[in-house]
Parts: sequence; structure tokens; C-alpha cells
Amino acid sequence: MRVVHPHDRRRRATAALGIIAVVLGALAVQFFRVQMLQSTDYMLQSESNRLRPLPVAAPRGTIFDRNGKVIADNIPGYAILILTESRDATRGTLEGLKPLLGLSDEQTENVMARYRRHEPLVVDYDADFETVSTLQERREDLPGVVIEMRPKRRYNGGPAVAHALGYVNEITAEELSDPRFSEYEQGLLVGKVGIERQYEERLQGRRGVRYLEVDALGRIVGSLAGIEEGPGDPGEDIHLTLDLELMEWIHEIFPDSLAGAVIALDPADGGVLAMYSAPTFDPNAFVGELTPEEWGALESDPGKPLLNRTVMGLYPPGSTWKLAAAAIGLDRGVVGPDEFMEEPCTGGIVRGGEFRGCWEADGHGYLDLAGAIANSCNVYFYQLGERIGLDAMIEDGTRIGFAEQCGIDLPQESRGIFPESRDFWQRQFGYEPLDGEVLSVAIGQGPNSQTPLKMAQFYLALARDGSAPTPHLIANPDPTEDWRLDVTAEDIEVLREGLRGVTSPGGTAWYRTSLEHWEVLGKTGTSQNAQDTERPHAWFTGMAGPWGKDPEIVVVVLVEFGESGSQIAAPIMAKTADFYLRKQHGIEIDTIQTLQEHDAAGRLAPWARR
Amino acid sequence: MIDHLFKRWVGDPALFLAVLLMTSFGVAMIYSAGVLNIPSPVTENAWIRQIQWAGIALVAFTVIRQIGARWIEWIAVPGYFGSVLLLVATLIWGTGSGTASGVNSFLAIGPVQFQPSELAKLATILALARYLGTRPEDPTTLRALVAPAAIVGVPLVLVILQPDLGTALSFAGILFAALFWAGTPIALLLLLVTPGVALVLSFDPRIWAVCFVLLIGALYLYRYRLFLVESLSVILASLVAGTIATPLWNSLADYQQNRILVYLDPSVDPRGAGYHVIQSMVAIGSGGPTGKGFTAGTQKRFDFLPEQHTDFIFSVIGEELGYLGTVLTLLLFAFILFRLVKMAEGEADPFAGLVIFGIFGAWLVHIFVNVGMTVGMVPVTGIPLPFVSYGGTFLLMSWVAVGVATKLAGENERSL
Repeated sequence: MRVVHPHDRRRRATAALGIIAVVLGALAVQFFRVQMLQSTDYMLQSESNRLRPLPVAAPRGTIFDRNGKVIADNIPGYAILILTESRDATRGTLEGLKPLLGLSDEQTENVMARYRRHEPLVVDYDADFETVSTLQERREDLPGVVIEMRPKRRYNGGPAVAHALGYVNEITAEELSDPRFSEYEQGLLVGKVGIERQYEERLQGRRGVRYLEVDALGRIVGSLAGIEEGPGDPGEDIHLTLDLELMEWIHEIFPDSLAGAVIALDPADGGVLAMYSAPTFDPNAFVGELTPEEWGALESDPGKPLLNRTVMGLYPPGSTWKLAAAAIGLDRGVVGPDEFMEEPCTGGIVRGGEFRGCWEADGHGYLDLAGAIANSCNVYFYQLGERIGLDAMIEDGTRIGFAEQCGIDLPQESRGIFPESRDFWQRQFGYEPLDGEVLSVAIGQGPNSQTPLKMAQFYLALARDGSAPTPHLIANPDPTEDWRLDVTAEDIEVLREGLRGVTSPGGTAWYRTSLEHWEVLGKTGTSQNAQDTERPHAWFTGMAGPWGKDPEIVVVVLVEFGESGSQIAAPIMAKTADFYLRKQHGIEIDTIQTLQEHDAAGRLAPWARR
Repeated sequence: MIDHLFKRWVGDPALFLAVLLMTSFGVAMIYSAGVLNIPSPVTENAWIRQIQWAGIALVAFTVIRQIGARWIEWIAVPGYFGSVLLLVATLIWGTGSGTASGVNSFLAIGPVQFQPSELAKLATILALARYLGTRPEDPTTLRALVAPAAIVGVPLVLVILQPDLGTALSFAGILFAALFWAGTPIALLLLLVTPGVALVLSFDPRIWAVCFVLLIGALYLYRYRLFLVESLSVILASLVAGTIATPLWNSLADYQQNRILVYLDPSVDPRGAGYHVIQSMVAIGSGGPTGKGFTAGTQKRFDFLPEQHTDFIFSVIGEELGYLGTVLTLLLFAFILFRLVKMAEGEADPFAGLVIFGIFGAWLVHIFVNVGMTVGMVPVTGIPLPFVSYGGTFLLMSWVAVGVATKLAGENERSL
């Protein structure tokens, strides 16, 4: 074994002692600086360390409608927080609060689960005034309890705006781990769905800070003025294209017992004038904390009130889609506006040994294109479909966008279901489609389900020059490229003529859509559905404006299991359009609007073209 | 007579008394750390558990002193492999515990939780001493450093994976101290550090370039005293370090990046990672020359100090006992380290000397990093203060180390 020479050892030991001296000496010097030279500064800081920073929620941006009316704003509310030094102290205080706030064991645990060291723990986001005064009285017994005035969200219009606006609630652990919310902190209220979610970052603002003085027992003595306090920056206000009064009107007229969707677009720029989904809920209920029972009731409600049917619901478009088939036929040049089909409608035709019926068992005879639309004649559209052919039909339908989202500025939107190619049948149903499938597609049946919004965008193109901007809720959105139907202005006029037939005297929807001041154009639709074969969904897709002028509003109404487009959906569309147009043109609002309503109320309607 | 018996029991009375004093002081400070305005069951009774552990540690110390020095030498190699296996097991089954809940450094056997990394530290010291002690030549070339670096490198990497950067640093301390005692020139040891320095400096390419030129210049000046291979390797390593710095930085966990950023400027994040350093400095600084008095620290009482009974115990010392207490504590540590160096100096047996120096290296790193982080000199890397911080395994192993060191030293005294 190698033995180190004592001389070497002494040299190394001396060097090691030098290292000890240097290392510990460096520490001693640094401590000298901190404890002797800067001691007074640190003593001051140690004193001020009894001040606890309390984040102050910034008021969320106000949401305005197109007329500058407030849809969502903030009112003063009270939140109850606990601000202590440790988990155990927090738990102790929470136990003291429990009987005063009437918290259950489970709720207490839920609150404790949110505890984070050195951060205030929110116990109640929306305490009522009575609770607040009780707590004020017993402040001495409740160390660390802070009652904070914080802005509380209020939705004017409540249930009428629920689906478009969405609601706010406390940020979840899941959201906190999302890179989108990397700047967010626990306890913040964030938009969960709808506009509140879509424009969350703009609406949120930046929270401020307030300093609370803590006494020797950890109790909050009071707020300390004079120390740098920041009120934070309020969130940005945003302006929407929605018309609050129109939405409230729709909420009023939509039958309470029925489910469905109403969407109204402004033909000028595709702005959404109204977005209503029934059944609905009150977004103000989410502002405080929803009890698990309330939340469970909303979630498990068979009527699905939380579902925004205008953008999420998918329904077979039925006859309302015949306009798409007509546009494709005109674009492809396989049919002229005045052309008849080879076979007149005799109540049905036979194809592939199978009888395909028209809804009118007596038949329509020979019809031109406008007439076929006006009468919604299946036999005409079967033959039109045959002329277009299956491949061309699915190619053009896909190009128009029936297999896509509209791209509206909402966090969620369903994609339309429409075959992009023949493979669709193979994938979905496991068989190769025969050419005869085009018969179903041409009348809006077969594998075709669309959101009310998508149908509204299609009718938007018919109300304009064949182009349709992306529907949007925000006023002045970033410009996007419009999609367009490849049809000429003359062809648009032919299609509108067909729609006019539906709502003119003799048309199926005339009686229930006829209005004093406005011309209504529209198409009824009844779509068979798997849930209830007896009761089809009812559609009415249309547009309205002053007589002889371009339409000023596009409205799509869908009523689930409404059975009849002309009876149920059409009057809702007409009444919606009438309300909006009267407002726009400064004509007094009247609740008796359609011809049918006039007759029912025994009022004369001299304007009616009977 | 009693004097003689006492010496037989403890080996080096001065070291024993210094370490016993430090342990008692630690218990007192842990007690004080538990005196809060709103008591917490975790810290309130920690001092009692620490006394229990100190009792166990004294028993272990006594038992170690009865074991033959040859047996300690024999256990070095199997002990090393055993502890490496335990570290691997910790990576698989390890859990966090107490204040170290973010790091999976604990292994539970039945009801007892312990940190295999503490065991591995001593085992690595023994294995490294065993290896270096049996080499016929001093490790003065880069090639001769490969094996020692590997012996330390394996547990070091396993500890980094936990991820426990502080303990990993103490492994580096062991390697450098043992190599130093084994006769590696300080110039070569410093060269070994240059790639690490390059790694840090490369965040500013200009500074890095200047240092790189200086390094090449220094190597050129000393070209007759160094081997060509060493010089080239070091230059290459510095280049590589400078290149991989950015990807390496990106591979760090968020909290690790934060700690380094906060070290550079604690105020960047006063409520997050910088919180610890700022609160600790406020506590220490407000202690002033003589402190606020035992158990009377306000920063501590209001629970502003993080992990005040473990990693940040020195902040409590600084706040309550002031600069006086700080200096006295540092002097007592200096004395303990001084005794270790003196023991090694009187040791002709290379194994014993290397073991003692390995312990010296580990403790020096622990003291410097732990105390330094409380005043913002060193990044925060959860590493305990020997004999003072609350923590069973560490206290036990520190006492076992004292036992091993005194035993090996005493053995040779008699044989010589």
C-alpha cells in the first residue's frame, strides 16, 4: 500500500485549512453585509412583512350589444376569503366559519382542497349581505377572515343571452395547467363557454393588489393605506353584433314547452343579431357558486339546457336543403329556371323498383324551378338530383361547406355531417352507395345533418349576392374570406322567387308569416329523425326586409319535434324578423304581428294580400 | 482513568464534543423553529423526534466505534454496490416526505422512511477511498481520474434523477476532496471545473468567448507542466459545454430553471421561487448584530420562512441570534472541519485519510451551499445543514461518519 509522505500531507492539510478559511470567511463576509450593514433595511422589511398582499379582482370587461346596450357588466359583490400563515390555521378558521356559512362537510373539504400556501383561499365567491354582517360582528373570533368587495358578473337578459354569452366560474386545476392560462392564478373567475370563453383574455383584465395588516396573532387588523396599492387594470370592453332586445323578444315568443334554436344574421356583414337556444338557463346562477345539486340538475336535465343548439345541435336539414340542390343544379347548368322535369309529379316516382313519394299525394304536375321550391316538390328534386348526379352533388355540397364548421367566434361548434366522397357510405354504413342515393341527398335526407348556424350561413348567401361572410358575434371582426355560391345574380333571383312562393298567398307558410310592413321569404322543412319517427323536427329558414328591397335579416328557426315547419317554426321566424325590422325602421312594436295573429285577435288586416 | 475511557469511547474528544454541541444546538434551534404564532403539528414536536434520532445516532456511533477498521474497509465495495441498488430502487419506488415532498428521495421500509442518498454518500466515500488508496500512483493525469469520476458519477447521476441537485453537489464535493488528498494537482482539478464554468458562462456568448481565450492562454503558458491530452480534452469539453448549454437549460424542469433565475435575481419572482430567498434574507438581516432572541424571531413566528426547521434552519439562527450567533456557528463548523483535516494529516494510511477527506468534502459543500443559500449566495437547492437541520437519516449518517472517521484514525494511531 502506498503511504503518503508526511511532508505532502502537511502541505495538503494546510491548503485544506486555507479552503475552510476562504469558504467560511466568504459566508461570514456576506452575513456581515446582510446583518451588520443592511440590517436596518431588513428590519424595516421585517416590519412591513406583517402586511399581507391580497389580490384584488379586476372588473371584467363589459359586453355591449350592437346598440350599445349592456349585456354583461359587473355589480358589487362580497367574497369571503381566508388569509393565514398555514394550512392548519386555515382549517381552524374554516371550521369556525362552517356553521356561520352553513357549509356541509363535503363543501368544507372542497374549499380546503383549493388551499395553497401564501395565497388567499376563497371560501365563498358571492356572499349575501346578511352573512357579511354576521361575519363583521364576529370578526374577533375569526382570525384571517377577509371580506372582500369584488365585482360580480351580471347578465342583463339572463336566460335570453345564456348560450351566446356563456358564463364565468372559478378556474379549475385542469385549466390552470393549460398553457393558455399560464398567466392565471387560482381563485380567478374565468369564462367557461360562449363569448365569455372566446374573449376571455380580453375580458379578464389584470388583477391589482391591496395590503392587509396582520397583528401579532395573525388577525387582520385592517387595510393599510398609503402603501403602494394597485387597483389593477379592468378588462377590455367588447362590443357584439347581438341585439339584446331582439334576443329577449325571441326568449319571450319561443314556446316554453319546446326545444330548439333561433339564429338571426345581418346580411350586411354576417354579424349574429340573435342566438337563442331552448331550453335555456340563467347564467347569473353561475356567478356565485353553483351547488353540486344545481349543477347536477342542469347537467342531467334530459332537455339539455346547457347545449347551445344553434352551433352544437345537428339536425337533418330536410327540405330547407333543396335550395342547395337547386343552386348546384343552376351552377352546373343541368337545369334552367323555366325548365320542367321529364316526369310530372303525380305523387311520386318509381326508381329501382321502389316507389319514392312526394309529400303531396295528389301530385304537383309540371313545375318550373321556382314552383318546385315553392311547393317543395320531391318528385322535381329527385329528377334534379339525377341530372346532377351523386358525385357532383357531394362534391359541390362539400365545396359549399356542408361538411365544415362556419368558424364562428365561439369556443365550440359542430361540424356538419355530409358525405365528402363515396367512401363516406363505406365508412359509416359499410356499403358502396348506388347512384340512386342522390335522390335522398337532393331532398335534404340521407346522410346530412347541419347546425342551424350552417343553414343560416347558406341562406345568408341567398340574401346577399351569393357570397356569405363567416358569421361572427364580435363587432368589427378580423376580415375573413367569404365563401360564395357559384350562382349568378339572376339565379339568386330565381331561388328567391321560389322562396317567395312559400310565403305568398297560396304558399304553405303564407298565413303565418305574412307581415304588414315587410316581405318575408322562406322555406319550410320537416326532417325525419331517429329519436321520434312520429314527430319530425320543424325548420323555417328565411329572410325578410322592406318590400321590394334586399333582405335586412336572415332568420333560421329550428324546433325539435315541432312536426310542422309552416305551423310552428315559420311564425317564430316572422315574429323575430318583424320585431327587428320595426326597431330598425322606427315603427312601433306590436305583439300582434302575423296575419294569422290578426285574424285570431279579431283585428283587421287591410294590408293582407289574400 | 475516566479521561482514558472517554477517549476510548469517542476517539477524538475535541471532535466528539464539537459535534455533540452542534447537535444539541440543532435540537434547540429546531425547537425554536417550531415556536410559531399558529403552531403547526409538523414543526411543533420536530425537536423531540430529533432528540430521539440523536439518541439513535449516538448508539450507532458507539457501535461503529466497536467495529474493526478492517471490517469498514471490507464493507466499502459491497456497501457501495448495495447503496447504488438502493438508489435505483428509490427512483422506482421512492416517495417525497415532509418538506422535501417535491423530490422522491425517500424509501419506505415498513414504517421507517429513510433517504438512501445519505447512505450512498458514505458508501461512495468508502469505495472511492478504497480505490484511490490502492493505486500505486497519484492520480495526476486525466486518464487516472476516469475511474474515480465514474465511482462518484454513478450515484451522482442517480441522485440528480430524483431530482436532488443539492445532494448531487455534495457528491461532487466528495470527489474533489478525495482527489485533492490523493495528490491530484489543484491546477488539474480547476481545469476539471472549467467545462462546468463554460456551461454557465455560455449564456452570454461574449463572456464565454473571452474566458475561452483566457483558458487557451493559460494552457499555453503552463504547457510544459501539463499533458497535451489533458489540455486538448479540457478545450474540447469547454467547447461542448458551451454548445449544449441551451438544450440542457431547456431540459431542466420549470422549478429548476426558476431557482437558477431567482438566484441571479431574487426579486424576479417575489411570491414564487424568489420568496424563499427574500424572506430568508429579511429574517437574517433583521436579526442584526445580536438577534431578536431565542424563539423570538418574528419572521419565523409568522411562518414567513420556508422549511425553517430543515433547509432554512440557518435563517432562524441568523434572525434570533444575530451576527454573533452566525459567526459562532460558523466557527464551530470551522473547528469540526479543522479537526477532520488534522486527523487526516496525522494519518499515514491512505484509506483512512481519503475517507476523512471525503467526509470533509461532503460537509464543506453542505455547509457552504446550505448557509450560502439563506443569504442568496448560492441557488436554493434543498440541502440540509449537518447536525443542525431536522432530518433523521442525515443526522444518523453524519454521526456514523464521525464514528468511521475517528475509528479509522484511532486504528492507525495504535498500529503505528
